Amino acid sequence: MDWLQQLINGISLGSIYALIALGYTMVYGIIKLINFAHGDVFMVGAFIGFYAIKGWGLSFLPALIISMAFCAVFGVLIERIAYKRLRNATRIAALITAIGMSLLIEYGMIYIRGAQPEAYPADVLPNKAINFLGVHINSQSLFILLTSIILMIILQFIVQRTKMGKAMRAVSLDMDAARLMGISVDKTISFTFAIGSALAGAAGVVFGVYYTKIEPLMGVIPGLKAFVAAVLGGIGSIPGAMVGGIFLGVIESIVSAAGFSLWRDAAAFVILILILIFRPSGIFGKNTREKV
Amino acid sequence: MALLEVKNAGIQFGGLKAVSGFNMRLNQGELAGLIGPNGAGKTTSFNLLTGVYVPTEGEILFNGKRLNGLPPYKVTQSGISRTFQNIRLFSELSVLDNVKVAYHSLAKNSILSSIFRLPSHFSEEKNMEEKALEFLKIFNLERFKDEKAKNLPYGQQRRLEIARALAAGPKLLLLDEPAAGMNPQETHELMELIAFIREQFDLTILLIEHDMQLVMGICERIYVLDHGQLIAEGTPEEIRSHPKVIEAYLGEEVSNEHA
Amino acid sequence: MKKSKSFWAFLILAAVVYVVVQFFIGSGLINIYYSNLLITIAINIILAVSLHLVIGITGQFSIGHAGFLAVGAYISAIATMKLELPFILAVVIGGVIAALAGLIVGIPTLRLRGDYLAIATLGFAEIIRIALFNIDYVGGAAGMQVSHLTTWTVTFVCLVITILVITNFTNSRHGRACIAVRENEIAADAMGINTTFYKVLAFAIGSFFAGIAGGLFSHNFYIIQPGNFGFLKSFDILIFVVLGGLGSLTGSVISAILLTVISAFLAQYPETRMIIYSLVLVIVMLYRPQGLMGTREVTDLFKWKPAKGGN
Repeated sequence: MDWLQQLINGISLGSIYALIALGYTMVYGIIKLINFAHGDVFMVGAFIGFYAIKGWGLSFLPALIISMAFCAVFGVLIERIAYKRLRNATRIAALITAIGMSLLIEYGMIYIRGAQPEAYPADVLPNKAINFLGVHINSQSLFILLTSIILMIILQFIVQRTKMGKAMRAVSLDMDAARLMGISVDKTISFTFAIGSALAGAAGVVFGVYYTKIEPLMGVIPGLKAFVAAVLGGIGSIPGAMVGGIFLGVIESIVSAAGFSLWRDAAAFVILILILIFRPSGIFGKNTREKV
Repeated sequence: MALLEVKNAGIQFGGLKAVSGFNMRLNQGELAGLIGPNGAGKTTSFNLLTGVYVPTEGEILFNGKRLNGLPPYKVTQSGISRTFQNIRLFSELSVLDNVKVAYHSLAKNSILSSIFRLPSHFSEEKNMEEKALEFLKIFNLERFKDEKAKNLPYGQQRRLEIARALAAGPKLLLLDEPAAGMNPQETHELMELIAFIREQFDLTILLIEHDMQLVMGICERIYVLDHGQLIAEGTPEEIRSHPKVIEAYLGEEVSNEHA
Repeated sequence: MKKSKSFWAFLILAAVVYVVVQFFIGSGLINIYYSNLLITIAINIILAVSLHLVIGITGQFSIGHAGFLAVGAYISAIATMKLELPFILAVVIGGVIAALAGLIVGIPTLRLRGDYLAIATLGFAEIIRIALFNIDYVGGAAGMQVSHLTTWTVTFVCLVITILVITNFTNSRHGRACIAVRENEIAADAMGINTTFYKVLAFAIGSFFAGIAGGLFSHNFYIIQPGNFGFLKSFDILIFVVLGGLGSLTGSVISAILLTVISAFLAQYPETRMIIYSLVLVIVMLYRPQGLMGTREVTDLFKWKPAKGGN
């Protein structure tokens, strides 16, 4: 019986989705934009981590930090260049711009370095089978889970306990009121992009270490699935993104384990549509309706 | 029999009772006003009557037919149409097309007749155009007919909204602050127009208005809402001297000072 | 009166285009590459116009149009290759089944607004693609062999029908109802318009023509694969409509022609093509979000009047 290993796999995969979903959910919560380019920040993060490990011979932790820092800057750049002008644009214009940015990053990356994949070295993290109650558990899964949990705790601390976190919450509740209270809305939005992108960068490195293969279009599917996770948890809700991501990862492992691994990618979209139809506000979301 | 009969209607959002115990009887041909301080639940009552919100209590009868739970478009088709406090025109459509849209549910030609350009398409379109022009003429908007609705001056936009609501062929017309933002001259003209269309189209009208003088001058019957409750109803004279109404409008500060 | 005048003008224009192109193809003045390009342009116009009805006219933001293209492509291919039905019938069946798929997708999802609808349509298109990937009957990932049956004549007739049907629909009380939904759904509802019905209707008509385009598309190649119908294909169609101007039929026709020609020239450099496409999209959205034509039509340009100052 490897059900426990399957469950752990699901949770590890889910924690990667959760890390990406956090960026989606924070950005949506604050400027109501589905940042399609977010999955590509994840891809860029994976490549930065790869170059740091393979090129400079760094170990996991410094590579993770470098990738997060780079992605934070990258995310803020995307926001400043493309999204900032869209504050008063229609939703359709904003969504199309985000799709455009996503494709620009993907194909820009292919243009710069080609479409060929790279492989993370296999020994970045100790890869041993740990015997637990008679079941074998991969030690890498545990490391990944641990990394994700620590990052989420740090995020929770930033959002709940720091001044910038308070500003983020205020801006997402009511941008105009926050501005009147003297909060710099622009700075807060940039900060949100920085945090979200750093988490996506971390997810990229973790993904690379776990699945080894990375390529310029790797962000598309995990990006979409992370968005599904964010919707599942209730878009705009930070705990929702965590729970939604892990839930989705576990569902996918169950679908794979049940012998439908080719349908695995469809599972996320089926869940998405069911959620949108039956509970569009997600697990932790609040219902809102247009005022007449 | 009353044209509109509202029995104990109300709605709750979460735990908040936005409107409750709302009773109203409008007879055919009446012109009534609905007044109350800000946030009293006036627009919410309109939303209940037009099916935008489904009442969580009570019932709404129109022409003896129960309206509870009907979607807005069916409420409109059964003879109630409305304007909005924050103007909701089809801004990219021409003034003429805005009115034509309202005539939509009275036309009968099928989708296929339009796609294949059958005679019924042309006859209905022609009929719609003529009817729409008639309404524009009444509201003195004819000269703007090809202009986009969003390019009209504010006061004309309000008039266009009423013209559009009228084109839907209502028996009961609900006007949500029709004179908001108009100057006294425009307001005066509007009131004469409202009186005119009531005669012309044999309408029953319920209007929400902030301008007291205007409401008192034109309405035969007035309903007063406060905190989601109907606190008074009667003729303008009765309302003017009603102690609860005076308290609702003036007493707020007084009672707050005591609190 | 003026409506019927533009109707005849359109038919004459269509006949002229057809005769000229047919002459060029028949006399061998243009080679197979260019006649194929013309067919591709016509198919892309059908796709652009069908999505224009959904996004531009009805205001429902669907980004999964390639899903319906895929349904039409595969169903018509099954009809000709497995059931050995005539090509024209197969194309029509592809359209009908795509319209049904549009109903199935549209009825639950069109209650959603804006972003959520966009994501739901994207999800549906992905599900269709993954399903095709896993169905051995249609060849799975390897794809399905299809005979080359699409001709310039059939494609052009389909194109003319598509434009006529969608124009006639738009310029009627039904089309106005759809525009009213786009402009202000709450007001449309309050004016007696069954908004759900018209949203689903526009979606089904759009899906029908996407399905027709699918039948023409699949029989223009020798093989179709699920990978032909991914998100990037939906995006290609979306950019026609957005760049042309949301709400402008002629705008989406023009941008479909332009972009198809440009991407044919860039066929050797797919990355460059995508970079140009995405840059153009972002720049247009930032500096001219209404697209090239806005909601205007080319025909409006001929009856130009001073915008202000009355008559």
